[in-house]
Amino acid sequence: MNEPQLIIIGNGMVGHHLVEQLIERGATAQYRITVFGEERHRAYDRVHLSEYFAGRDAQSLALCDADFYATNGVELRLHEAVTAIDRDRAEVVTDQGRYPYDRLVLATGSYPFVPPIPGHERDNCLVYRTLDDLDAIRAAAENATTGVVVGGGLLGLEAANALRGLELDTAVVEFAPRLMPMQVDAEGGELLREKIESLGVQVLTDRATQRIEDGEASFHRMVFQDDKVLETDLIVFSAGIRPRDELARDCALEMGERGGVVIDDRCLTSDPAILAVGEVALWNDSIFGLVAPGYRMAKAAADTLCGGETTFTGADMSTKLKLLGVDVGAIGDAHGNRNPSARTFRYLDEIKQEYRKLVVSGDGRKLLGAMLVGDNATYDTLMQYYANGLELPEDPASLILPSTEGAPTLGADALPDGATICSCHNVTKGAICATLDAGATDLGAVKAETKASTGCGGCAALLKSVVDHELEARGVEVDQSICEHFAHTRQELYDIVRVEGIKTFGELIDRHGHGLGCDICKPAVASILASCFNEPITDAAHIPLQDTNDTFMANMQKNGTYSVVPRVPGGEITPDRLVVLGRVAQKYGLYTKVTGGQRIDLFGARLEDLPDIWGELIEAGFETGHAYGKSVRTVKSCVGSTWCRYGVADSVGMAIRLEHRYKGLRSPHKLKFAVSGCTRECAEAQSKDVGVIATEHGWNLYVCGNGGMRPRHAELLATDLDDAQLIQAIDRFLMFYVRTADRLQRTSVWRENLEGGLDYLREVVLEDSLGIGDELEAQMRTVIDAYECEWAGALNDPEKLKRFRSFVNDARPDPDIIVTEERGQLRPA
Amino acid sequence: MTNATAAAPTTTATWQPLCSRDDLVPHSGVAAWLETADGPAQVALFYLPGQDTELYALDHRDPFAGANVIARGIVGDLDGEPVVASPLYKQHFRLRDGRCLEDETVHLRTWTVRFDDDRVMILA
Ligand code: SRM
Ligand SMILES: Cc1cc2nc3c(=O)[nH]c(=O)nc-3n(C[C@H](O)[C@H](O)[C@H](O)COP(=O)(O)OP(=O)(O)OC[C@H]3O[C@@H](n4cnc5c(N)ncnc54)[C@H](O)[C@@H]3O)c2cc1C
Ligand code: SF4
Ligand code: FES
Repeated sequence: MNEPQLIIIGNGMVGHHLVEQLIERGATAQYRITVFGEERHRAYDRVHLSEYFAGRDAQSLALCDADFYATNGVELRLHEAVTAIDRDRAEVVTDQGRYPYDRLVLATGSYPFVPPIPGHERDNCLVYRTLDDLDAIRAAAENATTGVVVGGGLLGLEAANALRGLELDTAVVEFAPRLMPMQVDAEGGELLREKIESLGVQVLTDRATQRIEDGEASFHRMVFQDDKVLETDLIVFSAGIRPRDELARDCALEMGERGGVVIDDRCLTSDPAILAVGEVALWNDSIFGLVAPGYRMAKAAADTLCGGETTFTGADMSTKLKLLGVDVGAIGDAHGNRNPSARTFRYLDEIKQEYRKLVVSGDGRKLLGAMLVGDNATYDTLMQYYANGLELPEDPASLILPSTEGAPTLGADALPDGATICSCHNVTKGAICATLDAGATDLGAVKAETKASTGCGGCAALLKSVVDHELEARGVEVDQSICEHFAHTRQELYDIVRVEGIKTFGELIDRHGHGLGCDICKPAVASILASCFNEPITDAAHIPLQDTNDTFMANMQKNGTYSVVPRVPGGEITPDRLVVLGRVAQKYGLYTKVTGGQRIDLFGARLEDLPDIWGELIEAGFETGHAYGKSVRTVKSCVGSTWCRYGVADSVGMAIRLEHRYKGLRSPHKLKFAVSGCTRECAEAQSKDVGVIATEHGWNLYVCGNGGMRPRHAELLATDLDDAQLIQAIDRFLMFYVRTADRLQRTSVWRENLEGGLDYLREVVLEDSLGIGDELEAQMRTVIDAYECEWAGALNDPEKLKRFRSFVNDARPDPDIIVTEERGQLRPA
Repeated sequence: MTNATAAAPTTTATWQPLCSRDDLVPHSGVAAWLETADGPAQVALFYLPGQDTELYALDHRDPFAGANVIARGIVGDLDGEPVVASPLYKQHFRLRDGRCLEDETVHLRTWTVRFDDDRVMILA
């Protein structure tokens, strides 16, 4: 029973990682380990704290299972703060007793600094660090309409986003002349301000708050140095963090001038029995306010305690963030002020609102730092140049200049073995290769072995490309099978279905696969069958294949209800039909919203109400809008020559014609169209899968554009087509895509992967270089001829309607669907 | 001689009829309302005709989303184990014992079910 006692103070991210590292090293055989945590919750993911407001609960943010500590023989004492360290007696003191230690680790993190402005202790003056803080903010926000964040750094902007999410009118007040002064320079800061203001967050820089007092219209009034004032109901301070070093200070450990417990490379403090890790620790005069360096300290500390070798040798503070939806990246010496001979390249695009800066060595050969605002696409590549000291290309500016090919990427093969792939877990390309050489055969195994990509997740894409590339280099065929049930790609399955005329999933899996199928292959095959034969997806053989949205022909919402989106071709709708939509929404208590696709979405329909709702809509002449399907969504139009003084053709008419032609076409992913009546492009056709723009001489056809996650401009495929030529080209283009794309691959991504690029696509579609033009058109004809409104079909078939029951043995509605009113409409409670 | 100790009181489960075979959707799920001694429950029933086990009953409530939707997931198998994928965030639950494959700490309750001719019987 005389095992040495190891005490860890603090159960935050780094303290927890230390325990994991200790367990991995078998330290529980060597020490009796006790962990004290002041918070009520066991260690949780502070990095993703803000997701707590987006619906994640404490349980899902927790870094381990509830019984992890007990199972591994570690005592976890939560809600018990250490109040003193008695070094003479080698004991820590809490409200509940004294505990002897042989070794002690400080992992107490930091606390948010609240500037001592008069009034800062008023009610509704809060901070943003812990789950309890977030609960307090949420509670205060209930009775508030406005909120202010003091501090425009990284965490301040995150807090501002949270306030916005709580539907407060939000402002950020920053003392410095720009936002994120640590990460960006004046130009970058200006751009960031513009972007953030355009999101409706007010930005006030150069503002020092003098005092906070009672407000007139709101709870507080903030008074600034120039006597200007700002009224607000709640204030969140985010003016920097300070190490929680009070225990260390009181027991006279060596401290930094501006705080922090001094540690050496082995994480030892000035008392060799005591270690410190994470944000409380000061190494080489630096505090590291990020989780990755903390994890490395935890590793070093675990080795120090267990007799290993790892030391902490500093860490890179490069960061890649998305704040309020705005990309910000800072690499190395981003300001260029740590290297006197450094030179910079800068690129500023005020239209697209992108700013990029490179800091390179005097001889122009090495990257010393970089700064990105507005677009982080080049971050990974730049990071590799920086972290691995790679020789820059002849013209370094090419790395930040816009290019039509998208951001330049550094191939996985160009990286040296020492290249860090995952910085959270410090995994190099060499380490990945070693696990492959030791027998790992896929990405999952590499992740399990190295932990790469299990931290912030930012390295996932790079890791995959390295693993794929290295596997290929080792002669391992990278498995492109759709899933474990079929040793085929989507394209191969598509060909099999067509060549063998297979019409059901059962037939396909019997002949070419095995097992029952799964949620990957079933919807993919359903889509292939629909593209080929267009039988109603509600047929008994197809029903079990569909995602719930297709099964119930409506989009499932977060509370299990559905949304209803009738087709409004071209966005043109008669007043009478509008009245019908309004009446139906009123009758069934549906939340109503105009969508980004020029139609109207009715949300909150209960499963059992869907048939009645659709009965009334179809009665009034509506059809399904396929908002639920991987299929043609909308053809957006501008008003065009019928009304617009500039219009050169009837864009609405063409949009309606196209929408009716292709409605019901199921495809690898959704398809969006638009038609504009002139070059002013009010329908935004150049952001669509298929975009049509009227010219004096006909129609210009653009293809493979995308809005959404990764916007891509559509490319001009053909010019000045007449109506018939236009439709022929679209028929062929779409069917060629349907045939050859991967599952869930939008036309934009498909096009980027298409060998031969746009020229090849032109040859196939316009010049019929493969000689399949007729076939593609015939196939489109089949789909078009087989069209029927799925909802109309279902309503005529009692067997199909059987599924629209809340319970098969009871007519009551689901009692757990609860709604509340907001802005005059219902929403999930 | 041994002393008889009173058994802890347990609510004994009995077989009760739930619905008919006709109510089921082959290779897919439906929801049913179940009254138990501990209060009502929403049950997701999955019907896999032709398989060794043809019928499964699990909680209808998705523990991740807190919505009653599990019966509307796609069924299939992973590594030979029959599973259902939640229609909301796509976690997989084993039909056999309700265990979530993505998060071992999460389980759906399961019930024993069987056919009695064309009636679906549940032990609850
Ligand atoms: C309702 C709507 C938002 C709105 O209130 O306006 C909407 C709502 C959804 N969008 Fe969208 N999108 C809507 C217009 C758009 C647009 C704008 C447009 O179409 O002009 C875009 C960008 C354009 C584009 O797609 O290129 C858009 C890009 C996305 C994406 C990203 C796609 C991408 O390739 O990057 C997703 C995710 C996905 O599909 O994987 C998505 C997915 C979704 C889903 C289906 C998410 C989900 O799975 O629950 C939302 C459910 C809708 C529902 O329940 O009814 N939505 N979504 C819009 C419906 C339009 C319509 O009438 O059908
Ligand atoms: C909103 C937010 C977003 C962030 N985003 C990122 C990001 O994107 N990337 C990134 O790298 N980092 C990010 N961070 C920073 C990251 O969370 C920290 O670097 C990390 O949590 C530090 O870990 P730690 O264990 O040192 O401190 P903490 O996680 O703060 O843990 C310290 C724990 O010790 C406890 N404690 C303190 N004193 C005592 C005592 N006397 N007795 C008992 N317990 C005590 C505290 O209550 C706390 O639970 C973010 C932080 C916040 C708040
Ligand atoms: S795109 Fe041209 S025709 Fe259409 S509304 Fe705009 S200006 Fe008018
Ligand atoms: S870099 Fe964060 S998980 Fe790899």
